[in-house]
Amino acid sequence: MSLTIDKLQQLKLLSQQSQLDSDLVRDQIVSEIYKKSATIADKVILKKPHKKLDLDTKLDDILTSRIFGYPIMLLLLGLVLWITVTGANYPSQLLAKIFFGGQEQLTVLFQYLNAPDWLHGILVLGVYRGLAWVVSVMLPPMAIFFPLFTFLEDLGYLPRVAFNLDRFFRKAGTHGKQALTMSMGFGCNAAGVIACRIIDSPREKLIAILTNNFVPCNGRFPTLITIAAIFFGAAAGAIYSTYIASLVVVGIVLVGIAVTLLTSYALSKTLLRGVPSTFTLELPPYRKPQVMRVFIRSVYDRTIFVLKRAIVIAAPAGAITWLMANIQINGSSIIEILAGFLQPFGLALGLDGYIILAFILGLPANEIVLPILIMSYLSQGSMLELDSLAALKNLLVANGWTWLTALNLLLFSLLHFPCATTMLTIKKETGSLKWTALAFIIPTAIAILVTFTIAQMARLFGLL
Amino acid sequence: MENNNNHHAFIHKSYSSPKNNERDIVIALAGNPNTGKSTIFNSLTGLNQHTGNWPGKTVTNSKGYYQYYGSNFTLVDLPGTYSLLANSQDEQIARDFICFGKPAVTVVVTDGTNLERNLNLALQVLEITNNAVLCVNLLDEAERKGISILLDKLSTELGIPVVGTVARKGQGLEKLKEAIWQLATKKISTSPIKIKYSQEIEEMIKMMTPQLEHLLGEQLAVRWVALRLLEGDETIFNSIEQYHLAKQQLLEGAVALCH
Repeated sequence: MSLTIDKLQQLKLLSQQSQLDSDLVRDQIVSEIYKKSATIADKVILKKPHKKLDLDTKLDDILTSRIFGYPIMLLLLGLVLWITVTGANYPSQLLAKIFFGGQEQLTVLFQYLNAPDWLHGILVLGVYRGLAWVVSVMLPPMAIFFPLFTFLEDLGYLPRVAFNLDRFFRKAGTHGKQALTMSMGFGCNAAGVIACRIIDSPREKLIAILTNNFVPCNGRFPTLITIAAIFFGAAAGAIYSTYIASLVVVGIVLVGIAVTLLTSYALSKTLLRGVPSTFTLELPPYRKPQVMRVFIRSVYDRTIFVLKRAIVIAAPAGAITWLMANIQINGSSIIEILAGFLQPFGLALGLDGYIILAFILGLPANEIVLPILIMSYLSQGSMLELDSLAALKNLLVANGWTWLTALNLLLFSLLHFPCATTMLTIKKETGSLKWTALAFIIPTAIAILVTFTIAQMARLFGLL
Repeated sequence: MENNNNHHAFIHKSYSSPKNNERDIVIALAGNPNTGKSTIFNSLTGLNQHTGNWPGKTVTNSKGYYQYYGSNFTLVDLPGTYSLLANSQDEQIARDFICFGKPAVTVVVTDGTNLERNLNLALQVLEITNNAVLCVNLLDEAERKGISILLDKLSTELGIPVVGTVARKGQGLEKLKEAIWQLATKKISTSPIKIKYSQEIEEMIKMMTPQLEHLLGEQLAVRWVALRLLEGDETIFNSIEQYHLAKQQLLEGAVALCH
């Protein structure tokens, strides 16, 4: 026994004598083996020429190269977001005009029917307006972002992203496939959590599940895009506004990826210690996406699905918000009381009580956070109609918003607790209340920490 | 269902015939997933398999027996893996068995339609052991895809016997058994290809070799262990420790390694 332990210690000492970077050695070992396999295979395999394969290899050389891999990734992300921001603007305004025109008609109808005020309030000002907001704010970005995302997925680009990011995830002590599950999170975090099944090691799977929330899902993208467009894009002037807005969203996504990696690293050094496993990722051949099929599939499978979920939740949320805004206790509405209670906390984070309340009420689905917030502000009576992004900005500014509020709302939205659907999925996948609770606590703590730090710094340096 | 069958086979075997005695020749079967490894295993052993737990492991290796030219062979089916470099449990088990289980011969089963990727595993096996046979399976599928493989040339390149098979149709299995037998009984010898790494790595290996030989004895693949130390693979310590513990227990007669 003692001999063995002594020998082991000597072995460990010996391994510490190496002056070489072990990661580089590992990379080199793998690449030499692969090279040798390729050389031998070249000599012994006779194959009928296959042109398509060669093109794939050439494309992969560029898309996964050390020099071009990351810039191309960022460029594609920026491009997708820019198309979304630019394209969503006009239909958003159009839909808002149509829906709020509809609201007037409905009001006339209710008056004609002599309906009581509370019924008109719940159904028109609550349910209908909540739905109108969800559809006009959420639908256009989704309808553009989803097909683009599906297009890249169909093309076979996502595994290349995983390939590029593998190094980072390995450094963070986790599985390279987490890059894939993270990408799935862009669509929907619940889907991203389910995708974590592809990771064999339970340790790495848990890390992937706990950090999936840090990439903005489709319920949050429209919020990010809208706020970025009206607060940062508009500030840059008309010509550059869409570029700046896209850049801000790209920045937010990068922050999300950085937080994913940092949190993964922290977890793999503390709660979920262990060694990362390497993996063979098969890069599937590139396929020419069938544009029509991509479009139809992403509209049916994703846009309609997500929108349906949002509407199902938005309708009751609209009614509840209206009730909370209109039931008075001792002269102030429930919303005012709750928001007032949350106000000091919200201010400390550079936000306000209404924003915190909207995030809490938005637990069932991130899609309804912004609509709830707008409705709570509107219930304060500062403005009755809201049919353009400019009007939205005026509303927010009238409620004390500054660039800090906008920035911290983006960050809080990016980092805060997962929606109820995702939490249920996490419970199902991990089978553990403890991990589900941590999936709530970890992001929320990070969101609070980050926004608090930024708010305090901004105030300290007098940036406001 | 399979486990159940194995269990019955095990009980049946332990009563009917002495199994796996000292003189049995142990053969390891390695390979990527979906290369027809199990088909080969079942064809060779005639489904006389049961699962056995290796010391300290939770995942099981299948074990079976066959005879050839009067010799008894124990065939161990390792988990299907793409590499031996990684730290997933499957890969560690496969790696540890080839390194520490000391099979007389390791057969690497490869997919003829995807030889290049499969060779990665073969090259890694050859870093651990000289006693290996390469089996290129699924030759019929390869032919259908317009792929033909120069088996003799492959054998020269790798420096080990290469046998082509179509396991589903039983083609080439006799040749495979013969090659295994020849290598196991030292009728033939191999001179496997060794991958040369960069000068700095090679120098580090050279520097570590004397000490490693002293520490590990001559039984273990010193070069291979040196590479694992250089790439910072911590699992190797645990594996060596397990190996020594098992050896000690074997010496003490408390637990037999193979049971």
